[in-house]
Amino acid sequence: MSRLKEVFSAGKAFIPFITAGDPSLEITEQLVYKMAEAGADLIELGIPFSDPVAEGPVIQAADRRALEAGTTTDGIFEMMRRIRRSCDIPIAFMTYMNPVFSYGTDRFMSNCKACGVDAVIVPDLPFEERNELLPFCDKHRVVFVSMIAPTSGERIRMIADKAEGFVYCVSSTGVTGVRHEICSDAEVMISSIKRVKNIPCAVGFGISTPEQAAQVAEYADGVIIGSAIVDIAARYGSECIPHIEEFTRAIKKAISNK
Amino acid sequence: MEIHPKEVSFRGGCVKVAKGRFGIHGGQYIPETLMNAVIELEEAYSRYKDDPGFIGELDGLLVNYAGRPSLLYLAEKMTNDLGGARIYLKREDLNHTGSHKINNVLGQVLLAKKMGKTRVIAETGAGQHGVATATAAALLGMECEIFMGLEDTKRQTLNVYRMELLGAKVHPVTTGTQTLKDAVNETMREWTRRMADTHYVLGSVMGPHPFPAIVRDFQSVIGREVRRQIMAAEGKLPDALLACVGGGSNAMGLFYEFIGDRDVRLIGCEAAGAGADTDKTAATMTVGKPGIFHGMRSYFCQDEYGQIAPVYSISAGLDYPGVGPEHANLRDIGRAEYVPVTDDEAVDAFEYLSRIEGIIPAIESSHAVAYTRKLAPCMKKDQIMVVCLSGRGDKDVAAIARYRGVDIHE
Repeated sequence: MSRLKEVFSAGKAFIPFITAGDPSLEITEQLVYKMAEAGADLIELGIPFSDPVAEGPVIQAADRRALEAGTTTDGIFEMMRRIRRSCDIPIAFMTYMNPVFSYGTDRFMSNCKACGVDAVIVPDLPFEERNELLPFCDKHRVVFVSMIAPTSGERIRMIADKAEGFVYCVSSTGVTGVRHEICSDAEVMISSIKRVKNIPCAVGFGISTPEQAAQVAEYADGVIIGSAIVDIAARYGSECIPHIEEFTRAIKKAISNK
Repeated sequence: MEIHPKEVSFRGGCVKVAKGRFGIHGGQYIPETLMNAVIELEEAYSRYKDDPGFIGELDGLLVNYAGRPSLLYLAEKMTNDLGGARIYLKREDLNHTGSHKINNVLGQVLLAKKMGKTRVIAETGAGQHGVATATAAALLGMECEIFMGLEDTKRQTLNVYRMELLGAKVHPVTTGTQTLKDAVNETMREWTRRMADTHYVLGSVMGPHPFPAIVRDFQSVIGREVRRQIMAAEGKLPDALLACVGGGSNAMGLFYEFIGDRDVRLIGCEAAGAGADTDKTAATMTVGKPGIFHGMRSYFCQDEYGQIAPVYSISAGLDYPGVGPEHANLRDIGRAEYVPVTDDEAVDAFEYLSRIEGIIPAIESSHAVAYTRKLAPCMKKDQIMVVCLSGRGDKDVAAIARYRGVDIHE
C-alpha cells in the first residue's frame, strides 16, 4: 500500500501496461527496469489469459504469444521476486477472475504480498462480486482497484465510495485498443468520482500518443497506456526494449507539468 | 438454491435467487461497462415476465409461429428394439427453425423490442441459435448480427447462408479456437462496444445473471408440455428425462418443471468427443473444475493455471468448455446426473434413430439418444423415459457423411 501512495504524489502519473511473458519473461523483467528508469510511476503487468474478454485484438494477441511461450502464473511470481531484489517501482497485476480463482484466491494474494505486488486489477469482477477477492486482498494488504466506465452512471457513487488506492477510469465503451479520439466523458466521470471521494483517478482504454496523454493529464491524475505499448512489443519482439523505453520517456515528458 | 416446489412454477417465479446464484454457482462476473446493461435487462425481465400482455404475445408466437406444443412421440420401434423402458421423444426438432432454440429467442427478441432495442446480436455454435435469432429478428423487425467461430462456419456452411438469407450479418470469429467459446467472447466484446440500442440474445442457460434464469424460463415450456402430455398418455410421471448438455438450455428447459419431482431422474448427456479420458473432449461435468468465466461461476475445462482448455466434439453445439450454473448446482446437490457420450456413440445413435424411427436427429440430440440406448435396456418395461430431441439433423448430414468417409458437398 505504501508503494502505491507514491504513484500519484509527484505530479501526473504514467501507468504503462505490458503483458507478462510477451515475448518472454526475461524481456518483461528488463522492460520493468527500463520503464521504471524512463519515468513510469506504476507498472501494470498483465497475467495472460486464454480468453481476455475485455481486451481488443492487440492485447488478445499478446496474451496468446505469452501463453504460447509457456508463461505461467508461477513463472510471473518468480519474476516478481527477482524484480523486487533491485527495483521498487509500484506494480499492479491485471488479470481475469479465472486465473486467480483457479490458483486459489488466498494463495494468489498471499504470493502477491510475498512478491511485492501492490495491487490487482480484474476487469471481469464488478462491484457486486467484489467479495470474491476483497477479503483476501485485505488479508494480504493488496489493493483491489475499482473500475468505473462511461456507462456506470449512478453506480459511480457506490463504487467510488468503496474504492481504494486509485480508480481505473475506462475512457470509452468497448474493449482495449488504440482510438483516434479520447472521449471527454472521462473528465465528467472524474469530477463525479471526486465529489464522492478524494481518490486519484487514472484513465485508460484507447490512449496511444503523447498528445492524447497530455490532453487526458489535464484532468486525470494518471494516464494508463496498454495497447500502444503492447503493439511495440508485437512489432519488435525481443528487440522491443529500447523502443518501449523511448515511448515511456515521451509519454512521461508529455504529461509532466500538467 | 434450495428446491422449493412452488418456485418451480409458471415462467420461473424465482429469477432473483440470492443475486442470481444457484448454490455457489452463477453470479455476474462481467466488466463494469456492461453492468448497467444487465441490470436494465433484469429490471425489464422482472417487469414483463408476469405481464399478461407479454405472456399472451409470446404464447401467440410460440403457437402460431413456432408450432408449439411440440409432439411427445412414443418411439415404439425403438422401445421394442431396446427391450426396456418405454421411450418418448420430445420433438423439439419439429419447431420452426428445427430446434428448441426458437423458444428462447422469441422470448428474448420480444423482450428486447419491449425494451426499445433495435438491434440484436448473438453467438452461435452449430448455427441453430444463430438461425433462430436471425429468424426472430426478421419477424420482429430487428437488425441482427451473428458471431460464429470460423471453424464452425466451415462445419455448418448451410446455416451461415441460412442466416444471411434471413437478413443477418454473420461475423466469422478468428480468435482462439474459432469455436463456440470464442463466438461468446466476441459477442460479449461487441455488446461492450454497443449496448444502448443492442440486446445480446444469449443462446444458452449460461453467462451472467439474469441470462441463465431468463433462458431457462423461456425454455421451460418444454418440460411443462411434457408433464401435461405424459400425464395424458400414461397417467403418471416419467422415470427418467434425458437431454444433451453443452451450455444446457434444452436440458434445463426439460428438467426445470420436474426438479421438485424427486422420483424423476434427470440425466444430462455431455459431449465426450474422442473420449473423456483424452484431451479431445468437451465433457465439462466429467473433467472440468470449478471456475469463473463468461460471467458465471460454474465448472469449466481448464488447465492448472485456469487457462480455458480448447475443447472438442463432433457437435459444434456442444463444443463448449463450460456448463450453465444451474446444471452445476443440480450436480452438486445430487439432483441431476451427467454422463459423457463420445463422438462414435453419438454418430451411431444418429444413424440408429434415422433407421429405426425415420427421424434424423441433430448430432447434439444424438448424444441423448446414444445414452438412451445404454439406459433403456436396464430399465423395466413399465418404466418411462422422455428424451429431448432438441433439434433435427438435416444440418449434420454432410458432416456425418464425411465422418463415415463419404465425400459429399452441401
